[in-house]
Amino acid sequence: MSLAEAAALVHDGDTVAAGGCCYSRTPWAMLLELLRAERRDLVLARNLMCYEAELFLAAGAARKLVASWVGIGLRWGVPKLFREYVTRDPAIYEEWSHLSYGLRLLAGSMGMPFLPTASLLGSDLLARTPAQELRCPFTGELLVAVPALQPDVALIHVHRVDAEGNAQVEGPTFMDMELARAATTVIVTAEEVVPSAEIARHADRTLIPGFVVDAVVEVPYGSYPHECHGRYEADFDHFDTYTELVNADGEEGVRAYLSEHVEKAGSFAAFLESVGTSTLFEQRRRARELVLP
Amino acid sequence: MTEATPVELMIVAGSRLLGDGRVVFAGVGAPLEASVLAKRLHAPSLTIVLEGGAIGPRMIPGKLPVSTNEMRSAHGAFMLTSITDIFLYAQRGCYDYGFIGAAQIDQFGNVNTSYIGDPDRPKIRLPGSGGANDIVSSCREIMIMTRHETRRFVERVDFITSPGYVSGPEARRRAGLRRSRPVAVITDLALLGFDADTGRLRLDALQPGVSEEQVHAATGFELLRSDSLSELPAPTALELGEVRRLRGDAGSAEIEAQREATRAS
Repeated sequence: MSLAEAAALVHDGDTVAAGGCCYSRTPWAMLLELLRAERRDLVLARNLMCYEAELFLAAGAARKLVASWVGIGLRWGVPKLFREYVTRDPAIYEEWSHLSYGLRLLAGSMGMPFLPTASLLGSDLLARTPAQELRCPFTGELLVAVPALQPDVALIHVHRVDAEGNAQVEGPTFMDMELARAATTVIVTAEEVVPSAEIARHADRTLIPGFVVDAVVEVPYGSYPHECHGRYEADFDHFDTYTELVNADGEEGVRAYLSEHVEKAGSFAAFLESVGTSTLFEQRRRARELVLP
Repeated sequence: MTEATPVELMIVAGSRLLGDGRVVFAGVGAPLEASVLAKRLHAPSLTIVLEGGAIGPRMIPGKLPVSTNEMRSAHGAFMLTSITDIFLYAQRGCYDYGFIGAAQIDQFGNVNTSYIGDPDRPKIRLPGSGGANDIVSSCREIMIMTRHETRRFVERVDFITSPGYVSGPEARRRAGLRRSRPVAVITDLALLGFDADTGRLRLDALQPGVSEEQVHAATGFELLRSDSLSELPAPTALELGEVRRLRGDAGSAEIEAQREATRAS
């Protein structure tokens, strides 16, 4: 399946949840493909969101964002345009804590309507979310119940997958296991599509079974300019260039980025070509260095 | 060796509070830098946990992570698991310390990293809780590290992202916060503790060469004062050398300015 065919599984108005975390194992190719397909009215959900937050707002693709944190990383701060959009209309952003967001997916993955937690108590986050205080029926302890999140679509980028969707990752799994089970439709992009026998050889590494997966797309460097554990490090120079552009030109800067990398590039492969093989190889070298013992 | 910068003073003071053999759940930036420093100097058996899924990572000096989820944060870890799993260990009571930063903090140790101004008509949108709310809700001893400035130390935070004593010990108990306890706030000017009766911040020790007046001038509320107010020992050459080696680029004037601009905007 191609990215464009997978994008057809996403409908205007859907709640779309992205896997990975911040700039790690982001389904970047698939996110750009949704922008290219001009999806509208989406609710974009992710545990920690990077600057895809403002790409989706500026492109008019998302009407609402759900996350526990939005930032590019310590050095680059909060995406400037995201900040402007939320300052203008706080209702477009629903804020959770990291665990309460994770437990919403876990509840969704368990087929349960909610899960209890010790988070959010005594905070102002509680009143601004649908979460409710709850007395434990056994101990009387005051807890918080967070409602299940079962997104319409999950976008998850992995290291290896077979044609049936049996997917394996290396490094931290983030919330991808819960997300894949909780979502109704699951789109998996992968660094490589391998024969099922190859997956079976390391079956204990399989994070997502094929029966919950609806689409498989092979996209080498599919998280780039974000990182993929052991494969390539995030491109901090790209983040520098991006933030300089947006800090200087605001919304126009974000539009210029979209115009260059989504519209003019026309495909993710063309975007990677514009990055250039020498940079891609260098990021690969750096990643290998980091996974050495 | 040149004198310690404010951030370096803070990191060294924070690192000294971490005991060997304990488990610390550290936020990225200064709390993580302090944790790694402690592990490399006086607490070799300290286990560092990062919310991205890494348990027991050993960082590469000069290549500390910029986000708690990236490959750099996983280097040399004993275990790589899911984010939810990391937090569920916290909720189970497995972590001795929760160590976070703060954009805004008030006299009860409540931390705001969400909104400056009225949250319905905010002046500034901050990055949000991330794991901070979960950390202060579930880790046994909570430590907070931040620069000491009046715009950060306010009487009442605009928004409680991560609760401290809320409005006192009774309010904290009523809110259901029974698993954790705020214990210290480490700044570039001082070490602050909490008064057990009122839940209010108290000046316990001064950073070397800092006066009480300087601390009060940088605090936007009335700070209690310990009867045994002391001065923290200056960073040793070993501590300072190690903290600089660890931070590498991150300690450079250029990156520091970039981070500072990000905080200020």
